[in-house]
Amino acid sequence: MTADWPILSLTIWLPIIGGALLLAIGDRCSNASRWMALATAVLTFVISISLYCGFDSSTAQMQFVERAPWIPVFNIEYYLGVDGISMPLVILTTFITIFVIIAGWEVIQYKPAMYMAAFLIMEGVMVGVFAALDAMLFYVFWEAMLIPMFLIIGIWGGPNRVYATIKFFLYTFFGSVFMLVALIYMYFQSGSMEILAFHDLKLGLTEQIFIFIAFLLAFAVKVPMWPVHTWLPDAHVEAPTGGSVILAAIMLKIGGYGFLRFSMPITPDASQQLDWLVIAMSLIAVVYIGFVALVQQDMKKLIAYSSIAHMGFVTLGFFIVFQIAANPDASGGAILGIEGGMVQMVSHGFISAAMFLCVGVLYDRMHSRQIADYGGVIHTMPVFGGFMVFFAMANAGLPGTSGFVGEFMVILASFRANFWFAFLGATTLIIGAAYTLWMVKRVMFGNVANDSVRNLQDINRREFIVLGSLAVAVLVLGLWPAPLIEVMDASVVSLLEHIKVSKL
Amino acid sequence: MEKIYLAIAFTPLVGAIIAGFWGARIGRAGAHWVTSVGVGISAFLSIIVLLGFISGHREVFNGSVYTWMISDGITFEVGFLVDSLTAMMMAVVTFVSFCVHIYTIGYMAHDEENWPAGSRAGTNSYQRFFSYISLFTFSMLLLVMSNNFMQLFFGWEAVGLVSYLLIGFWSNRETAIFANMKAFLVNRVGDFGFLLGIAAVAMYFNTVDYAEVFAKAPELANTQIQIWGDTSWSLMTVICILLFVGAMGKSAQVPLHVWLPDSMEGPTPISALIHAATMVTAGIFMVARMSPLYELSETALSFILIIGATTAFFTGLIGLVQNDIKRVVAYSTLSQLGYMTVALGASAYAAGIFHLMTHAFFKALLFLAAGSVIIAMHHEQDMRKMGGLKKYMPITYWTSLIGSLALIGLPGFSGFFSKDSIIEAVHHSQIAGAGYAYLMVILGVFVTALYSFRMFFMVFHGEERMDEHTKHHLHESPKVVTVPLIMLAIPSVLIGGMTISGVVFGDWFKDVIHVAPAHDVLKEIGFHGTIGFFFHGLFALPTLLAAAGVGVAYMIYMKNPEIADKIKSAASPLYALLDKKYFFDELYQAVFAGGSRWLGKILWKAGDQTLIDGLVVNGSARSVGFFAGIIRQIQTGYLYHYAFAMILGLLLLLALFVN
Repeated sequence: MTADWPILSLTIWLPIIGGALLLAIGDRCSNASRWMALATAVLTFVISISLYCGFDSSTAQMQFVERAPWIPVFNIEYYLGVDGISMPLVILTTFITIFVIIAGWEVIQYKPAMYMAAFLIMEGVMVGVFAALDAMLFYVFWEAMLIPMFLIIGIWGGPNRVYATIKFFLYTFFGSVFMLVALIYMYFQSGSMEILAFHDLKLGLTEQIFIFIAFLLAFAVKVPMWPVHTWLPDAHVEAPTGGSVILAAIMLKIGGYGFLRFSMPITPDASQQLDWLVIAMSLIAVVYIGFVALVQQDMKKLIAYSSIAHMGFVTLGFFIVFQIAANPDASGGAILGIEGGMVQMVSHGFISAAMFLCVGVLYDRMHSRQIADYGGVIHTMPVFGGFMVFFAMANAGLPGTSGFVGEFMVILASFRANFWFAFLGATTLIIGAAYTLWMVKRVMFGNVANDSVRNLQDINRREFIVLGSLAVAVLVLGLWPAPLIEVMDASVVSLLEHIKVSKL
Repeated sequence: MEKIYLAIAFTPLVGAIIAGFWGARIGRAGAHWVTSVGVGISAFLSIIVLLGFISGHREVFNGSVYTWMISDGITFEVGFLVDSLTAMMMAVVTFVSFCVHIYTIGYMAHDEENWPAGSRAGTNSYQRFFSYISLFTFSMLLLVMSNNFMQLFFGWEAVGLVSYLLIGFWSNRETAIFANMKAFLVNRVGDFGFLLGIAAVAMYFNTVDYAEVFAKAPELANTQIQIWGDTSWSLMTVICILLFVGAMGKSAQVPLHVWLPDSMEGPTPISALIHAATMVTAGIFMVARMSPLYELSETALSFILIIGATTAFFTGLIGLVQNDIKRVVAYSTLSQLGYMTVALGASAYAAGIFHLMTHAFFKALLFLAAGSVIIAMHHEQDMRKMGGLKKYMPITYWTSLIGSLALIGLPGFSGFFSKDSIIEAVHHSQIAGAGYAYLMVILGVFVTALYSFRMFFMVFHGEERMDEHTKHHLHESPKVVTVPLIMLAIPSVLIGGMTISGVVFGDWFKDVIHVAPAHDVLKEIGFHGTIGFFFHGLFALPTLLAAAGVGVAYMIYMKNPEIADKIKSAASPLYALLDKKYFFDELYQAVFAGGSRWLGKILWKAGDQTLIDGLVVNGSARSVGFFAGIIRQIQTGYLYHYAFAMILGLLLLLALFVN
């Protein structure tokens, strides 16, 4: 029934048009604009659900394909489609956006219509990034994504927002320029902008290495990987809660997605040659960044660093596949690694969103993110405390929560590549628990630290719905990851088949 | 799927959910009823299952509940394996848990007094506590009933979570919230090894299902792997030691034992349930369950033996100098866990599990009795302020005496049978380190008797050292407290003698625990019936040492209290060493906690801020700005400057071309 509908286009353009309408209406009637934003977000989510329901998980083919000429002179098309790798990320995007809208409900009093519009437009653009199968279209969405985020941090951000926005913008822009060069180069080689055509494009090793590095710069900044991560803590600290949520939950995933959609299939030989580099960067992210997170005084910074460490597992899971293939003792394990990385992306989308929302709840009341300003919050906000401890445990990778699944799979897989990869990766069990629980201890437990804490009000119904929904998502994915694995399995298997074949 | 197993596992969960989420609505009585009944049902059904195994009409059950995920050809399932080992663990866990539930009704009755005024977390704390202990029961059942490594890890971490929540239950106490974080982190160090062990299993066996792994283990017995350079390691040794690191964390073996004494910050019922009877024995259970793997690595067994023996003796010594009643029992628990570990190392798995069971009863009893004393003393835990409680608390007194006698291994009591089996087994073991282990466990018997009766005499006999106010209010605890004590006292006396012939020397664990013929020390002991074992032990060295321990304790703490002070001053360096618990805490605090913070600061300040941001990011921004600044000097905007530059350039070019 729904097969005839342009579902992907709807998922992209509905929020963008909704956002544009909100901008046109402006703040004349701010409450109506909030409801309109929420309605748009929910509707988009409902539409995107049909992607899951109508998805055929037995094939790795692109599904829900839409294709029309866009700039025929250059053979550039409006070409959309999803497979098992991008579909879960599309739904993650539409899901999280709902909560961002709700979370900003009464908190944002300054230009609320514009705020909501920015998030809706960003939602559409991000879905576009995941759904685009034409490289030019992808690139347009990719860069377009920066604009709403730039504005969100720049307008609703904290005191040091100008530095943070410029840093954020330049960092990501710096990376993506190289990607553009690589895309254009491949366009000249293949005569089309189709991403799937790039997958089959024959490339020499030197070409591959240049292209790989160009992609690496773009995606590593986005993920972000050590050492190009320093924009993230600044951006998070200055961003409003909603901005942090989108940044952590969705935008970072675009980097991880890029590795799977571009780097690995387009330059398999270069990926294999340089896998050590990515693995090293990932493991440094896990260990080094873990220690850095430990000493943060600002809750948002701490969670930002924790994000980087957790994203290290994503790239680790992806790039150990080459090492596993090279290890004679290992029988299989590559699928486990990539699927683990994917699960970790989705799970991190829930957990980081929830953690930032938790900090947002506190910030809205106390206007401070400093750990030292808190203490004993559990005595005044017990319900919130329950959520915070739960999400902290999820962040520390407790089994039964989604945080465990991805890390477990990646550690199991990396053992097959090399004992020491698994060894270093598994240190997150200790370090991750240490920085998360130490923060929880100082913020939530102990005696009530001061009068501001004493006067705190527990979460209201709106906040309860937001945190409760995410908690359910975290639990369901943790207790039963099979459905998620199932939809991505065919695509991951086919991706692995593809990258095993040398292009030389 | 047999419904009875689902019911056993999930009724406590249902109780926990109801009490946890709707605690305010159902009230205090509702919460303790729903959880106690849930665990009661679970205990009742577990005993039916156990009886089924005893009578022999119940078959081993191995089945899946649901498929968690399938990835890369490995099926990860949530499923149950119920055999005689599981049945025994289930019965012990649910029975002790049931006793603790009832006891908690009395112990936590006035919990609101423990919370600061106005704390909203304190309003439903009673219900929350019941929710947690029921959740713990569920998690523990998940752990022991698992049929695969993944679910084992689930249960493993879940009990750790509940332990964390319960140690820090009184979340306003600085010591409690330090202790729970410490417990969680130290356990995570163990889990780190445990997870790597599971990863190794998954890699080489390509499955995480117990049955498949055990079936395939002999094939891989001689596999060698390279971890570092060219030195090759036996795969089984690597797997077994990694898994055992997990057990060291959970079962608090040296050097990962440091969390257990601190865990006494939690309310006493959970010290009894989690930190004595059940959770801490998970490591022992795990190794026994994995016996088909451990039997393939003598190196791993020796390692276990030495760690266990060290724990058994040296942590017992610390118990001699503690003055906090709960801490004495805690160090005793550490020491007894060491005994169980020693049994595992000697391949006497059955004896280890047997001691696990008897210990669960008498140690839970001792903790609950200590809790009863603590209630009577108005939350005073210092034994130096007790004394002479015998006449005020007769039931607590007699049950404590039973618990202590069982602990020191008085012939006929449960602890005698289990501890003697272990000592005999180690005596017959030929494995490397067995001599050392034998010495440690033998000396440990004396130490156990000494600290146990030091505590017993200090608390119940001698002069009454409490203040007048406390003394005035001293009375026996209510029935909800004393009935569980009696319920636990019965098995503390009887269970050992009743079951030793079947469990340790019979075929109760046939086909469940696998022992290589060369390691079968229990067979070498030459068991000729329970009576024979009793008489053999009656005048053997361990019994004499235990008697000596009690005698010395009597001399010092009843007859001549100055002796204690004399010894203390005569051996002050030794005393300091014990009092400081061999400086483990100080060392870990400085090296790991301090070191991590130091490293984090260095990496953050020097790495992120100075090098990456300062030098590269802002540095390139600055250099762009710098060059732009220079070049900007030329762009003055004055026409005559440009005209002048043009003429100059023209001349220069002309000069070049003309030449």
